[in-house]
Amino acid sequence: MAVQLEFLKRILYFSDLGLAELESIKELVFEKTAERAEMILLEGESADNLYFVASGVVKVFKTSTEGREQILNIVRPDESFNDVSIFDGGPNPAGARAMGPVLLYGIKKNDMEVILRNHPQIALNVIKVLAKRVRHLVSLVEDLSFKHVINRVARILFEHIGGEMSRGPRLTQQEMAAMAGTAREVVGRSLKALEEEGAIKLDRHRIIIRDKEALRKIMEVSS
Amino acid sequence: MAEMPITDIRKCDGCGLCVGVCHLNALTIVNKIVIIIETVECDWCTDCEAVCPTGAISCPFEIIIQEH
Repeated sequence: MAVQLEFLKRILYFSDLGLAELESIKELVFEKTAERAEMILLEGESADNLYFVASGVVKVFKTSTEGREQILNIVRPDESFNDVSIFDGGPNPAGARAMGPVLLYGIKKNDMEVILRNHPQIALNVIKVLAKRVRHLVSLVEDLSFKHVINRVARILFEHIGGEMSRGPRLTQQEMAAMAGTAREVVGRSLKALEEEGAIKLDRHRIIIRDKEALRKIMEVSS
Repeated sequence: MAEMPITDIRKCDGCGLCVGVCHLNALTIVNKIVIIIETVECDWCTDCEAVCPTGAISCPFEIIIQEH
């Protein structure tokens, strides 16, 4: 399948360019496919390509030495990933994995430099993309560093326990995130941490509190 | 009856991102609306909820106590 000009036009990087300019860029774009769960980028490896998602979804994440995963970003169609390492020349700051079958459009690092030299007007859009990324990551750093989200999630669970006679309200991770004043990605990590501590067990659509006292202690740590 | 993610068809724009991420193929798009196929194998990974750009899919948790 040939790279579609309409797709390139939808990418923020190239949205200000005319058809003739997009045609010249199209020559430098290659396709790549990945299956569900396939790693597209490995954290720490040298970065050679900038990618745009044409279809499907890609998860960008960091992994701790204990194997715990923190999602940094979910990349949907028309969005890019691996921008930072393409421009600063460093290794991939995070891993990227296909969440389902994905079609990507890639541009080699050297080709991106050629595109920027030939079409300097796209630099403003590149800055917008990078600034948006920085803003998102700053917000995530704030949540992970200062908010003690795990305590808040423990409190939310504690306050929404269903009784024996009546079911309590059912909560999505998005709703818990809104209550805790954080991002959904941070709630997911907190739930996993609470499970590792033995306070809860995730069982399909149920969060089973296995140790109410442990949960209370986590909840009561000042946040 | 197996518990399954909940869809809000008023919010669904038929983009199909959820279809691709479900490892059980339990979601499909019919007439530009997501349809969930019931399966006991749904492990509540919540990926469909995570990728939905319009908030049309939710995977709510019931919170219960079952101490050792």
